[in-house]
Amino acid sequence: MAITKEEIKHIAELARLDLSAEEQEKFGAQLDLILGYVKQLDEVNTKGVEITSQVSGLVDVWREDEARDWPRDEVERALSQGDLEGGQVKVKKVL
Amino acid sequence: MNLNELTIKKARQKLVAGEISALSLTVACLEKIKKADSDIRACLTVCEEEAILEAKLADQRIAAGEQGSLLGIPYLCKDNIMTKGIRTTAASLILGGYTAPYDATVIKKLKAAGAILLGKTNLDEFAHGASTENSAYGPTRNPHDLSRVPGGSSGGSAAALAAEMCLFAIGSDTGGSIRYPASFCGVVGLKPSYGRVSRSGLLSMTSSTDVIGPLTKTVYDAALVLQVIAGRDKLDATTALEDVDDYSVELASSFSLNGLTIGLPNEYFLPELNKQVAQKVKEAARKLEAAGAKLIPVSLPYTKYGIPVYYVITPSEISSNLARFDGIGWGLANDKAQDLQELYKFTRGQGFGPEVKRRIMLGTYALSAGYYDAYYKKAQSVRTLIIKDFTAAFKKVDLLLTPTAPHAAFKIGEQVNDPLAMYLEDVFVTGASLAGLPAISVPAGRVDIEAGRLMPIGAQLIAPRLEEKLLLKVAEILE
Repeated sequence: MAITKEEIKHIAELARLDLSAEEQEKFGAQLDLILGYVKQLDEVNTKGVEITSQVSGLVDVWREDEARDWPRDEVERALSQGDLEGGQVKVKKVL
Repeated sequence: MNLNELTIKKARQKLVAGEISALSLTVACLEKIKKADSDIRACLTVCEEEAILEAKLADQRIAAGEQGSLLGIPYLCKDNIMTKGIRTTAASLILGGYTAPYDATVIKKLKAAGAILLGKTNLDEFAHGASTENSAYGPTRNPHDLSRVPGGSSGGSAAALAAEMCLFAIGSDTGGSIRYPASFCGVVGLKPSYGRVSRSGLLSMTSSTDVIGPLTKTVYDAALVLQVIAGRDKLDATTALEDVDDYSVELASSFSLNGLTIGLPNEYFLPELNKQVAQKVKEAARKLEAAGAKLIPVSLPYTKYGIPVYYVITPSEISSNLARFDGIGWGLANDKAQDLQELYKFTRGQGFGPEVKRRIMLGTYALSAGYYDAYYKKAQSVRTLIIKDFTAAFKKVDLLLTPTAPHAAFKIGEQVNDPLAMYLEDVFVTGASLAGLPAISVPAGRVDIEAGRLMPIGAQLIAPRLEEKLLLKVAEILE
């Protein structure tokens, strides 16, 4: 089951990843190979087997929903690394 | 002996006795980095000024009578862990100019303990890889043979430590990234249980398996570092609630393993395993037997599905975790983009390297409509069966002994065009990661890789969840 060029373009679009034509071709072939390999999981009978999404053994870890102070220098450094205007993070036009 | 070659334990004895200062220890490490790192390329950033300042502060604390297992001890840290005021790149161009605004919890704890950060080490970009060749800043070289890889993804940490640039190094292990390079570089590498060490401030890769841990020269030193970095953290809701054991108390004193059973899983010793590696791990097994342990064969029948499960779950979590690199607020922002969609696509297309893109594509595919059940959910179900394998084995045995890597370090460039071959490198290390179990790689001698050239390999011990104390005690016998 080879992945089509259209599928690769679609996945790249979903992942918001600009890929060159060369990259699309290369990743397409490699994805085929890797997915072919992981397909061996189909041999395993998993009927009635629960899924595992985490192994911490923890359930519902709660904390009070309260605002906490964060050191000013850390806040300033965090905000100083992107495009800012009037104290707000600047983004490109959406439409 | 040069000061940078000391173990933590020896250095602490000398610091306490006033024979050496934290400053002289730090300077010795910095000098070694200057001398050796142009060849090895283990460090992405060296923070000399800050380190010297911290060393002077540590000397003041020592002079004031303060005790502490890591007080005055210089270390290096993998560059996917946030360090306040010091560049953190994850070996990616997308974070090339990024300076972390705060310290990871692990760094905070090490700072409070008086350990001295010398700099940040190279890795496969965002820890995606097993050779450190996927770094945007070029590969690190194995100090035992500069034409070979150090393993990965914590290859910079393993190589720096093996080259005596620091007394210990911090790495992260998602599917073997501490243990595998420790094997290639001939050092000790400890992956704690999932949740034993806080992930706050670690750049997320696979949130369900990521763990921070130490690379050290001895098992005893690994116990010292784990003691400081382990524990519950309010900033990481997945940290374990259980109290942290006293890890070093039984080390060195106890040489009897009477009453302990060690399992050798059949599936980790298949006929195709490299003969020399098999022999070295069998020698390690005999050491444990000589110390009183009973050895028995066990079976973990789902072992062969570890890699396919790992390479569905990991790219899936990566594709989601790396969505945060969007060109806004931090890191690289493409300057040709006209609108928001272009900013996302161009920034990510420009800033991510080939392996990161490959994993994002794989993960996006596995999570996309129509394939979610066939790939992601299937892998999560088989993950349950892999965990059950371990649970069943630990009803019969206390620990498992396996090889860490299928062979010794390979040549730089040898496997670079074959991503699937690289994924298969993780065959012995993904199991413990998927199950969240603590595991350690301990040097198991050297094997002949070509015409009498010897390279290190490691043996791996795997323990039940949160049994680091037992793991370290038995691992020390292997040294």
